[in-house]
Amino acid sequence: MGSQWLQYVAGGVTAGAIYALVALGYSIIFNASRVINFAQGEFVMIGGMTAVTLVGAGAPLAVAVPLAVAGAIAAALLLEKVAIEPARQADTVTLIIITLGASLVLRGGAQIVWDKRVHSLPAFSGDQPLHLLGATVLPQSLWVLGVAAAAVGALSWFFGRTLFGKAMLATSYNPLAAQLVGISTRQVLFVSFGLAAMLGSLGGVLVAPITFTSYDVGIMLGLKGFAAAMLGGLGSFGGAVLGGLLLGLAEALGAGFVSSAYKDAIAFVVILAVLFFLPGGLLGARRIERV
Amino acid sequence: MAHVASSASEAARARTATSAAASGRRGLFLLAALLVALPIALPNAYFYDVAIAVALNAIVCVGLNLLIGYAGQISLGHAGFFALGGYGSAILSGTHGWPAGLALLASSAAVGLLAFVVGRPTLRLKGHYLAMATLGLGIIISIVIATEDRVTGGPDGMPVPPLALLGWKIHGELAWYALTGAALLFTVWLALNLIESPVGRALRALHGSEVAAETLGIASAAYKLRVFVLSAVFAAAAGALTAHHAGFITPVQGSFMHSVGLVIMVVFGGMASIFGAVVGAAVLTTLPQVLTVLKDYEMMVFGAVLIVTMVFFPHGIVPTLARWWARRRA
Repeated sequence: MGSQWLQYVAGGVTAGAIYALVALGYSIIFNASRVINFAQGEFVMIGGMTAVTLVGAGAPLAVAVPLAVAGAIAAALLLEKVAIEPARQADTVTLIIITLGASLVLRGGAQIVWDKRVHSLPAFSGDQPLHLLGATVLPQSLWVLGVAAAAVGALSWFFGRTLFGKAMLATSYNPLAAQLVGISTRQVLFVSFGLAAMLGSLGGVLVAPITFTSYDVGIMLGLKGFAAAMLGGLGSFGGAVLGGLLLGLAEALGAGFVSSAYKDAIAFVVILAVLFFLPGGLLGARRIERV
Repeated sequence: MAHVASSASEAARARTATSAAASGRRGLFLLAALLVALPIALPNAYFYDVAIAVALNAIVCVGLNLLIGYAGQISLGHAGFFALGGYGSAILSGTHGWPAGLALLASSAAVGLLAFVVGRPTLRLKGHYLAMATLGLGIIISIVIATEDRVTGGPDGMPVPPLALLGWKIHGELAWYALTGAALLFTVWLALNLIESPVGRALRALHGSEVAAETLGIASAAYKLRVFVLSAVFAAAAGALTAHHAGFITPVQGSFMHSVGLVIMVVFGGMASIFGAVVGAAVLTTLPQVLTVLKDYEMMVFGAVLIVTMVFFPHGIVPTLARWWARRRA
């Protein structure tokens, strides 16, 4: 019984770390523009699929992974330049529709560049499971947790210690005031797309050996990352990490003890329950609407 | 002086109100004429099929536009109601042997009741939180449909019996075209009347500012709930008609991408424009049919068309063109 619990927790934390990376991407772009970027899941897909192709072509993982992340960042920056930037003055709803259009372009493009089949990436350090306190853990899970933790650490250093990171935070608090002190909010938005794609594609590469990847993995991963960001409170970085981990745990425990057929629904049941009873998310600021 | 100015602006407002009603009536006649004349231009059954799909999508979009465009409340889960309407009617008429017309009505009413129950806590949320909640509702509905395979046939879907209304069996493309065209006209007529009524003014007021609307005595929660239920019933009825017309239904009808597709039609055509919703549904339902010649490039081109349109027509096709036309005439 105890080891079963541990087994589910290990799986849940691994999935949760991926959701956290995707959720951070949502929050970063939301902070820069108040827009929900529905193409976030496609960055995850591009990361995983590019890595699969490069490894298939004989590149070592140490080369393939950075190149895959760079590819996703390039796609995101291009997207921001050609689709988001020209419509920056439009309504939020219009911008959301544009990101939805972008996700169709990216997914449709992936279907042409690659195919509609399911691919897998070799695990980073073998498939020999480790035994921890009676639970079996894949070494890839440790990679997921380690790299995700490192990414979160690097991100908090970036936002806390660098001038540009602080400029991005300032923009999220008050874009007009940020502009007045000389911050280019346009540049902030550009960089936020790059950062979000970096985190998402990192998640996509890390999870590809465990859950496989295909041209359409971005839909569900993107939506669950969105739910995780909402759970922690949209725009809060700590909230995104906490929301991701909680969602991963709830999903793993729910699938293990309640119903595995409804695994994908659990994340959304949790988020509905939270929204109905705690409308600001777990760590979200209590917002007062001004008239 | 101030009094004169205010009465002058009141008169101007009254004039624009009556002209809006008049242009609405003109639009309704135009739509009716178009629907009657269209069969001349439709060469075969395939084109009828597309026209029927346009009419059914337009019914959903007119309802959804009342919610999104007029009341300002987004929903990313309406495909859930659409699919539930279809499955409800399919199960009642197919599995339980109800007359199909009755099954359609009962299933639409049941979806309305469901929307009433879930709408209460959902519509308290605003903006992105409302988007998340409706998205979650839609996904939960579609997962339940795909999982409960003993009732719904699971991911493979289930057959749906043909539709009969008052003993008259709807058979053949022309009959279906007449039925869906009439249903669309009825929906548009209803929506036009609604937005020119006190209810419509209340919806627009709470779109502008909920607090200001409340201080004027508008029970905003009740109005939002009512229009949410109405749009869900439109979606469910269109979903049931779609299922009976196709003779088959699958869980794809309730997918997140279908919900998104419906919202895209509304925003593309123009928010807070009844005819915008019809135009959006018409263009975006026919576009994939045209794009099938592109085969693998279809999804990519569809996305690109969407991006370009929204960059150049940020308010949607119909309002942008109407403004351009008004400026040219002035």
